[in-house]
Amino acid sequence: MSAPAPRAAPEALPILATEGLGKRFGHFRALSGVTVAFPEGGITAIIGPNGAGKSTFFNLISGAVPPSEGRVLFRGQDITGLAPHRFARLGIAKSFQITNVFPHLTVRENVRVAAQARRVRFALFRDRAAFPELIARAEALLGEVGLGARMDRLARELAHGEQRALEIAVALAAEPALLLLDEPTAGMSPEETRDMMDLVQRLAETRTLILVEHKMKLVMGVSRRLVVLHQGELLAEGSPDAIRAHPEVRRVYLGKSA
Amino acid sequence: MTEGAPAARPGSGRTGRWLARASRHRVALTLAFLLVFPWIAPYQALAVNILVLGLYALGFNLLFGYTGLLSFGHAAFLGGGAYGCGIAIVHYGLHPGLALAAGTLLATLIAAAMGVLAIRTRGIYFAMTTLALSMCVYYAFYRAEAFTGGENGLRGINVPSVALPGVRLNLLDPTVKYYAVLAVVGLAIWLFSRLLSSPFGAALEAIRENEHRAQACGYDVARMKLAAFVISGALCGLAGALQAIHLSIVPIEIMHYSTSGQAVMMALLGGMGTFFGPFVGAATFSLLQDGLATLTSHWQLFVGAIFIAFVLFLPLGIWGEVLARLRRAGW
Repeated sequence: MSAPAPRAAPEALPILATEGLGKRFGHFRALSGVTVAFPEGGITAIIGPNGAGKSTFFNLISGAVPPSEGRVLFRGQDITGLAPHRFARLGIAKSFQITNVFPHLTVRENVRVAAQARRVRFALFRDRAAFPELIARAEALLGEVGLGARMDRLARELAHGEQRALEIAVALAAEPALLLLDEPTAGMSPEETRDMMDLVQRLAETRTLILVEHKMKLVMGVSRRLVVLHQGELLAEGSPDAIRAHPEVRRVYLGKSA
Repeated sequence: MTEGAPAARPGSGRTGRWLARASRHRVALTLAFLLVFPWIAPYQALAVNILVLGLYALGFNLLFGYTGLLSFGHAAFLGGGAYGCGIAIVHYGLHPGLALAAGTLLATLIAAAMGVLAIRTRGIYFAMTTLALSMCVYYAFYRAEAFTGGENGLRGINVPSVALPGVRLNLLDPTVKYYAVLAVVGLAIWLFSRLLSSPFGAALEAIRENEHRAQACGYDVARMKLAAFVISGALCGLAGALQAIHLSIVPIEIMHYSTSGQAVMMALLGGMGTFFGPFVGAATFSLLQDGLATLTSHWQLFVGAIFIAFVLFLPLGIWGEVLARLRRAGW
């Protein structure tokens, strides 16, 4: 299937765009023909009911899984099918849906080793302490996500919400241009959820975030744009107000039709 | 996540001051122990054995303990180093120092070839691939009788003395031999420690802890694993080269998969992922073997039983358990 023409260009080059993106697993079409552009700055949320293809879409744009069809463009550059570590080096960071940190390293080392990844990888005979700027960066980021007092702990000793915050610090360590978050509040208590959304909002003041979320209410107030997926296809996209008023979205989320 | 407290002071962490200090001076402490070791060991030849096997376990531990890859093919590197060194001496009459380098180089090449083929598999498949490849190497060396002596092993690696600038070391004196081997092993220990403290060592730990996360951070995991595999092979190759000079023979069994299993055993007995553990494991294994072999010809049965007991009841290994207890006691 040929990629549909990109929609009328928004104000500037989108930071990330997909063209006719699709994924099949055997005969099952998890996602098909998604063409969408993500603006630079602020939060764009990808929402949709269970089975809408959100996670598949996330895995495709984060490079975890290659698409069956279509393209992924990062600042206009085709990055379809690049290895996951290439995505990271281009400046695309992500946090996983399941907490994904380095459990037996200290909180500080978790972020330091991530910050190191873009700069020094194969320095075999220099001491890691010889790069104090990496340690300073790790400590500053941990302060930003609220873990300043926990830096000497092992990551596995942190509470669930703290581990998610740590994972975000790990993702931010390499100074990414784009941060992808897959259901950052999954499995969290109401207080943890509130803290996490506060953090996400704070991060979005200076960064570009794309966020997959199941709970529409959580992201309505904070997102600049929303992308709604339904049954593996793009249902709607637009500002929160436009999405709230969109009849198809209302039907999918409110009215029950089998 | 709600507190706004300032950063904790360094040293308020879990590892106590004494252990942190010991960890900073791990090379000096390890060497200090190995310097006095001949007076503790039952006899000198056994001390040299333990030194060499300790280096073998150390090299293996880089992959197993620090990178999280279980290889069952390290016999190919120990054997490659031993044959490379032995052949250089027997067939080409090289200086023992150059022969050590030749053995290490041969092991490194074997590791690179095996690594390229094995590194993309994971878990049990990685273990089985390395096992199969190492047995291919075994047969290649077994068949190359003209060079390796085949089934009879490579004999006649006689190095009674080593000429160095200004001094001639008499290796027939067990004490001189021990300290000559220790000089080489000590250098390898120092290099190993530098490697662990380096950014590269940090990346290997990250890969061990969480491969996917490491990849998402931007690490080319396959390449880094391959590098670790080759360096591990080189260290084990150096151990093999020393072994060849020490025993003055390379038996073909050195490449047998049971030798690979011995590396796994020593690493687990001592404590995987600990700096000094491999030497504790090598000493334990050698002393068990030595002690039990005088009592019964079925010594392997008892070593196996003891090994199983360790895996079940002391999974951290001897040194790992010691460290864990000291840490709990606030050291």
